[in-house]
Amino acid sequence: MFPAPVLDVIMEEEILYSETFRIHGNDFEHGGEVAAAVKSVMKQLGIRSDVIRRLSIANFECEMNVIMYADEAEFEFSVLPSQVRVVCKDRGQGIPDIGLAMQEGWSTATQQMRERGFGAGLGLPNIKRNSDKFEIESTPSVGTTLRYSVNLE
Amino acid sequence: MKVQEIVDRLELKGATKIFDKDLSGVYISDMVSDIIANAKAGHLLVTVQIHNNVIAAANLVDIAAIVVTQGKLPSDDVIKMAEKAQISILSTTMNRWQVATKLYEAGIR
Repeated sequence: MFPAPVLDVIMEEEILYSETFRIHGNDFEHGGEVAAAVKSVMKQLGIRSDVIRRLSIANFECEMNVIMYADEAEFEFSVLPSQVRVVCKDRGQGIPDIGLAMQEGWSTATQQMRERGFGAGLGLPNIKRNSDKFEIESTPSVGTTLRYSVNLE
Repeated sequence: MKVQEIVDRLELKGATKIFDKDLSGVYISDMVSDIIANAKAGHLLVTVQIHNNVIAAANLVDIAAIVVTQGKLPSDDVIKMAEKAQISILSTTMNRWQVATKLYEAGIR
């Protein structure tokens, strides 16, 4: 028997699966591994390939942003009945002007990052474009939190 | 078209083992964010960027194989990573434009 639903309009959806990863700043050596681990979980859960692709693009950008610009982050991936969701909370320099950071082509990447093919100013726009819901909050010299999700239907 | 056919037609050198995959098209770029957002599953990626983060990005979007141009060679770690992901890395001394024209001549549209 299922318990009777609680009559609460802001009731959260049930979390079917959740896993938290830690990402370390400057850890280029492992850049992309969290996104790969999440992709593998989504494949095992039988999630549609277009959803996997969109969330994987967003996850890679999010992970590389932490590696390039933050000290460390907690990256929480959850599967809900209607969506796959990520909350990535980092500790670091933060973003003084979110409007600028969201602008395509704007980047604070160093020369070294640019030599590796980063710094196109597409990271945050790629996350936004590949998610159905996207929120960003940042406090300079404290850190940045991203919340984004892709709908399953 | 198969990866091996492109290797033969363009006289590419396998830096990794050559994995038997079908190619669905080509994407040419050196910017990682552009590669991950725009290269499609089954694509042949032509690039000069060959480091572990590019392999990770390629694997996330199911790129089939990578042609690395201008004589650049991947490190041993990158080769290992690509082989684990079953992505062939093919090297050439040609530049990206020369590779593009040869791919076109080979019949890839």
